[in-house]
Amino acid sequence: MLNLETAQSPHKLRRVAIEPVSRVEGHGKVTILLDEENRVHQVRLHIVEFRGFEVFIEGRPFWEVPVIVQRLCGICPVSHHIAAGKAMDVVAGYGPLTPTAEKLRRLLHYGQIIQSHALHFFHLASPDLLFGFDSEVSKRNIVGVAAAFPDLAKRGVLTRKWGQEVIRHIVGKRIHGTGVIPGGMNKPLHVEERDALRRDIDEIVGWSRESVDLIASLYETNPDFYKRFGEARSNMMGLVNAAGETDFYHGGLRAQDADGAPIFDHVDYTTYQDVFQEETKPWSYMKFPHIKALGAENGSYRVGPLARVQVADRLSTPLAEDQRRKFVALGQGKPLHGALMFHWARMIEMLNAAEMARDLLNDSDIVGTDLMADKGPRRGEGVGVIEAPRGTLFHHYKVNDDDLVTYCNLIVSTTNNNQAMNESIRAVAARFLTGREVTEGLLNHIEVAIRAYDPCLSCATHALGQMPLEVDILDADGALVSRGRKGD
Amino acid sequence: MSTSGQDKVKVRLATTSLAGCFGCHMSFLDIDERLFELVELAEFDRSPLTDIKHCGPCDIALIEGGVCNSDNVHVVRELRANAKILVAVGACAINGGLPALRNKLDVNDILTRVYRNPTTGESCVPDSPELPLPLDMVYPVNEIVRVDYFLPGCPPSGDAIWKFLTDLILGRMPRLDYSLLNYD
Repeated sequence: MLNLETAQSPHKLRRVAIEPVSRVEGHGKVTILLDEENRVHQVRLHIVEFRGFEVFIEGRPFWEVPVIVQRLCGICPVSHHIAAGKAMDVVAGYGPLTPTAEKLRRLLHYGQIIQSHALHFFHLASPDLLFGFDSEVSKRNIVGVAAAFPDLAKRGVLTRKWGQEVIRHIVGKRIHGTGVIPGGMNKPLHVEERDALRRDIDEIVGWSRESVDLIASLYETNPDFYKRFGEARSNMMGLVNAAGETDFYHGGLRAQDADGAPIFDHVDYTTYQDVFQEETKPWSYMKFPHIKALGAENGSYRVGPLARVQVADRLSTPLAEDQRRKFVALGQGKPLHGALMFHWARMIEMLNAAEMARDLLNDSDIVGTDLMADKGPRRGEGVGVIEAPRGTLFHHYKVNDDDLVTYCNLIVSTTNNNQAMNESIRAVAARFLTGREVTEGLLNHIEVAIRAYDPCLSCATHALGQMPLEVDILDADGALVSRGRKGD
Repeated sequence: MSTSGQDKVKVRLATTSLAGCFGCHMSFLDIDERLFELVELAEFDRSPLTDIKHCGPCDIALIEGGVCNSDNVHVVRELRANAKILVAVGACAINGGLPALRNKLDVNDILTRVYRNPTTGESCVPDSPELPLPLDMVYPVNEIVRVDYFLPGCPPSGDAIWKFLTDLILGRMPRLDYSLLNYD
């Protein structure tokens, strides 16, 4: 681990800022402190917005929550909708979902993984990989990709569209619809809707397969660079089912260390507060969670595609599993930690989601009409956890006898990656910036590493902890004016 | 649309997301393959979809999200100063939307509660100069700068955004049918 979080003596260091970080969701900036020889002394990714969702959720009726909290994020509203829905299934006292309801939620979720992964890869990240990190700024976007690689851009746009259409058919709108309600779903999938989706699914599976080939061929142009860029060794975590396969909708928590050795397995996610602890740092609104048993120093971990495909024993569908094997073989028995490897893992997951969506569309349960589970006694508390496109997502609520929420705790996917993202950009800054004249192209290298994690920074601004805090006051030159420390 | 746009000067379009969820930008991308038609007519200035970090002179600016901190105020003013037409897109830009649920609470109380250590009970609110100051409330864009058009919805659909933008770019008075208007 590079020790670039806090400069020993920030006096007289030069501050360079990337503000705002672009082609990511939400509001972030990076500050870098350099000395006269352009040696890097401090690199930080700041999350600069405060919203406090967890506070104003309190006092709302519990059945409102799945609809409110999806407004945390417009890229993956379905994740928050489902995670809150799962927590409220428990609160409302429902037993296991009906087969149709669970399959509809899964199809909804897989549709979202397809649209989110396609959006991230094609619309946001691909310009860096196709044109080069320091290519011309005016071209480095989806419009530039459309001009230079029209077929590829079109496939990306249409793949995302298909995922969005899955969502629209199930919850009524592409963004911020309503479908998940405590105990089940509010509407069946009609036969015509199923048929409309089924018409194009083989093409989507085919394109997803080709997207894995695309990132593999980009890797081949410079394997060592792809493997090492933004490399940050860390623990990794994801949800797996009883068979050890990645399960995006439900499962137990599994974590491995940087060498692939198990830390814990099949942990019941309702115990997450015993497993994780969060820290707050003065320079970011985003929390820093870690695995309690390992301590703050060694316990940070990574979630999302790169973690999931490596902690799982296998993926549930044949094409994706075939690709996963080829991918993990690159590590020659050791986990891969390079930031750019995220893209490859993400495309494997898109293929996995497309295959699972195809299987569900061919399952007669998906057009069933038995949507609501049996109801038991109301409970006071519920935890809902899923694998969102960006990683493990925790929702936790307590509800009083008047059906009003009294406590809300969210650990969003991106928050889990906070430390790993910071480590990756420090690795990039140390490797590429040191001793050189800072140019736009070099600074984009830092952003490339952030983008690889596909962070959702506005999700992350909503979840705020109650943790020890250290505050540094720096003047405009980055010199320390005062330091406050509270709550240890 | 038959316009090739090859010989024409393209309309310059800036977009930004403030205290929103990025859903309006996602809905903008829900114009799907019509994006390729749009870029024949328009080119991007500052936008989270590009790497242009600050706005230059442009024709249309789309603003998603309300104004929740000092940084948002600077961005809105920058866009107003540079854009001929400024559009508040979606519920948050128009009336603060869901993030404005915090308006009934005191921002100091929220910050103090959020940053209170559960064991010591002490509070220490971050005030690093790198973090923009939160405003007392989440404000609609039109309380900070003049707004030319309001495009409602949470979010407005891709079809609504497409109709609105093409009307505007091709010099028609933007009109949305009832089916394209929603206020959820």
